[in-house]
Amino acid sequence: MLNTQGRPTRAGAASAAGHETFTGNHALQLEEALIFETGRLDVTGVDVDEPPAFQSALGGLERTSEIGLPGLSEPETMRHYVRLSQKNYAIDSGIYPLGSCTMKHNPRLNERLARLPGFADVHPLQPQSTVQGALGLIADLAHWLMTLTNMPAVAMSPKAGAHGELCGMMAIKAAIAAKGEGETRNVVLVPESAHGTNPATAALIGFQVRAIPAQEDGTVHPGDVQAALGPDVAAIMLTNPNTCGLFEKDIVEIARLVHEAGAYFYCDGANFTAIVGKVRPGDLGIDAMHINLHKTFSTPHGGGGPGAGPVVLSNRLAPYAPVPFVLREGAWLRLVEHAEGEASLGRMTAFHGQMGMFVRALAYMLSHGSDGLKQASEDAVLNANYIRASLADLMSLPFGNRPCMHEALFDDSWLKDTGVTTLDFAKAMIDEGYHPMTMYFPLVVHGAMLIEPTESESKASLDLFIATLRDLAFGARNGEVERFTNAPHFAPRRRLDETRAARQPILKWTPLRPIADAAE
Amino acid sequence: MRYLPLTDVERGDMLTKVGAVHIDALFADIPNDLLLKAPLDLPRRKTELEVERALTKLSNRNIPASTSSFFVGCGAYKHHIPATVDHLIQRSEFLTAYTPYQPEISQGTLQSLFEFQTQVAALTAMDVANASMYDGSTGTAEAVLMAHRITKRRKAILSGGLHPQYGDVVRTVSHMAGDAVVSMPADVHADEDIIAKIDDATSCVVVQTPDVFGNLRDLSKIADAAHAKGALLIAVFTEVISLGLIKPPGEMGADIAVGEGQSIGNALSFGGPYVGLFATRAKYVRQMPGRLCGETVDADGRRGFVLTLSTREQHIRRDKATSNICTNSGLCCLAFTIHMTLLGQTGLRRLAKLNHAHAVALAEMVRDIPGVELVNKTYFNEFTLRVKGNAATVIEKMAARDVLGGVPFSRLAPQSGYDDLIIVANTEVNSDEDRMAFVSALKGSL
Repeated sequence: MLNTQGRPTRAGAASAAGHETFTGNHALQLEEALIFETGRLDVTGVDVDEPPAFQSALGGLERTSEIGLPGLSEPETMRHYVRLSQKNYAIDSGIYPLGSCTMKHNPRLNERLARLPGFADVHPLQPQSTVQGALGLIADLAHWLMTLTNMPAVAMSPKAGAHGELCGMMAIKAAIAAKGEGETRNVVLVPESAHGTNPATAALIGFQVRAIPAQEDGTVHPGDVQAALGPDVAAIMLTNPNTCGLFEKDIVEIARLVHEAGAYFYCDGANFTAIVGKVRPGDLGIDAMHINLHKTFSTPHGGGGPGAGPVVLSNRLAPYAPVPFVLREGAWLRLVEHAEGEASLGRMTAFHGQMGMFVRALAYMLSHGSDGLKQASEDAVLNANYIRASLADLMSLPFGNRPCMHEALFDDSWLKDTGVTTLDFAKAMIDEGYHPMTMYFPLVVHGAMLIEPTESESKASLDLFIATLRDLAFGARNGEVERFTNAPHFAPRRRLDETRAARQPILKWTPLRPIADAAE
Repeated sequence: MRYLPLTDVERGDMLTKVGAVHIDALFADIPNDLLLKAPLDLPRRKTELEVERALTKLSNRNIPASTSSFFVGCGAYKHHIPATVDHLIQRSEFLTAYTPYQPEISQGTLQSLFEFQTQVAALTAMDVANASMYDGSTGTAEAVLMAHRITKRRKAILSGGLHPQYGDVVRTVSHMAGDAVVSMPADVHADEDIIAKIDDATSCVVVQTPDVFGNLRDLSKIADAAHAKGALLIAVFTEVISLGLIKPPGEMGADIAVGEGQSIGNALSFGGPYVGLFATRAKYVRQMPGRLCGETVDADGRRGFVLTLSTREQHIRRDKATSNICTNSGLCCLAFTIHMTLLGQTGLRRLAKLNHAHAVALAEMVRDIPGVELVNKTYFNEFTLRVKGNAATVIEKMAARDVLGGVPFSRLAPQSGYDDLIIVANTEVNSDEDRMAFVSALKGSL
């Protein structure tokens, strides 16, 4: 059966012939051994000359044991990793609607610029006179971030979003200690719907976490915040727009209450992409917010990282910013590498942060301009609402059919009595050639499905995506359970046994598998 | 705007479908008086050509390592990266993929992570490795926190040979967590008296080898002393290529081996992104921070890989997680894995030997310079020179002669009192001509 765009949609419509091949390969879907199974200990794919004889200075600490790492020649290496790459879904392959992850287009211009020798091939400890352009780039990016957020300071060195959270919360802790309240203010308020990194970050530096419930409409109520506030509260960590895809409409009031109670307002900026150029976080009363350059400003995720998490800070927190930072002294840019006062919270990482990501983010900003960034946010929000409005009659919306920000949140109540779970539904999307949405998050919604299309999707792309989800939804309701519970049928792997992986962990290759020597 | 596919006509149609008269109707939850009415004071959009010109201009104001004689190290090293590495990591399916949450369509990333973990475990001679940390310095701080969890003690002892910036990161996080750190003073010679500091309250001893001055350290005695008191040994390395030639941490009693992997496959990039390597004993795997990839089977019994042991992680355990980390250095560890695959142990050994040979060659040349003293008795590809006068001034003068001659130790630790030390790194990229240029520039800058 074909859908309106002519794509086959029924499980089995494009199924394999039903017999196994000699190699285990299915045409372009190739089985690929591990490098340790094909490499040889005496092979190398790199030409390195043996040095002439010399007197070593290792003081008897030579490695005498075998390392045990086989090598591959260059063509073998090329083929191995190209074949592996073909087993991955990616944003360049199609829509990647992972809610709160903001998978948008990664322009290749940014890749080219990050590889300019003046950025990629400079050392963090070169004399400052030889890296004035690199420091200039950091200063320019900092200026953009401060202007977009209306915040007076920014710490550039945090290496990822969660690292930025740590930086912001450490600045808050330092500020509280400076006021002599370090002993008494030891609680951080975190909404139930927050990213798991928020409570983990607070706990890491010794705060206790007190949960704030979500209201029936998915937002945080000022009354609930007020009830939780007290002289023991150091800060609130709020995500805005929140993980239900909604703007916290009472945020100004919440900020006022928090400040009146002598606490600080940390904003998780993971969803900043929805509001760039529309509203400035500094105007909302925020004291600190990390910005995921890899989300909002489109630096590639690379299969899990690297990220970059600069943190903008209010005047109250600016004195506690970590080292290093860049100071403009006329035409000269000075890198301050060691705290010159007592206030700085210290150092987050050995060097100056994710320079490679800074170049990509600034290139993205310059390409859009302030007008284009605003347009991008509007398109991201429009696309999410278009999906919401187009599926509202079939899939259930936990907070009613009201406008959302850049992501649309559905729950699993519409799947009740179908025998299909959120997980099954997601795996069936894989068979249709899509990466599933974020599942089972936020935790406050049962069987959550959080769909974030971003501004990168065309209307045609969205229409096909919506048509596919509608077809799947009809299938689930019409009792086509097989299509879901056994999905995916067509991926390089069928459903993987995650329980077995956790119970009998095999975390590295060993010649005598399956001895699970990697765990107790 | 070239990155935005929607046309104004389509935007209009979609607004109609959504039931909004104007785009701002979708932003109605934002307080109206705070909704920006005019564009911010930032430049308007630029064409691809204009952006390229603007950033190239900034780039041209820097002096890249490849255009000078280059001896700067101390935690980041200039090595040759095979063209294959950069080509492969730029493949869309690696570059633009997310964390492999859907294993059935992420086997490429997952299998390469499994290969990475195996390589790191072999290099360090440890039982298990994770799927990477942000970098070596943050990984070291995480290792200390992990030791606190395992020993239920909260005092770390940092060796005087630890990279001062690594020490700063450990102290920052530990201070915030309310933990104690005992830092030995920076010491260009082995600090054996660190053993005397280990007591019943000590959770871990953190020792780097080769240390920040380049000295090789035999960790076995320190490991024994730590273990006798119920403490752990955390072995740190900043130059992973050294593991091709010198005794690995796992053979010297380390409980956690952590370090920087930038040297293999990753560019200098002015300090980041880098890739932290993190390995430990099997019995501690459930206390390890970061992501782990594990082998399993699919519904048809075929081998496959998944992220595993996630009950340690923040998205499950929230404020009880082993760490707040929710990412790894995915693309950087892929670059590491590809370069390591190309090298194999045969290539790695040769590369390490060549690095060491270049360092030995330079050491022989500087010995004869009046006013210069080689501090090290042992070293791999980096050593420390004591010069007459101020080391930072000498380095600036050498830079004026097109030789980036190393790192003045005072830049890393201004309070250390060591104003006359220069740390000099030699890798395979430096030729005989570069070493002669170094000697000549150093002589002329004293």
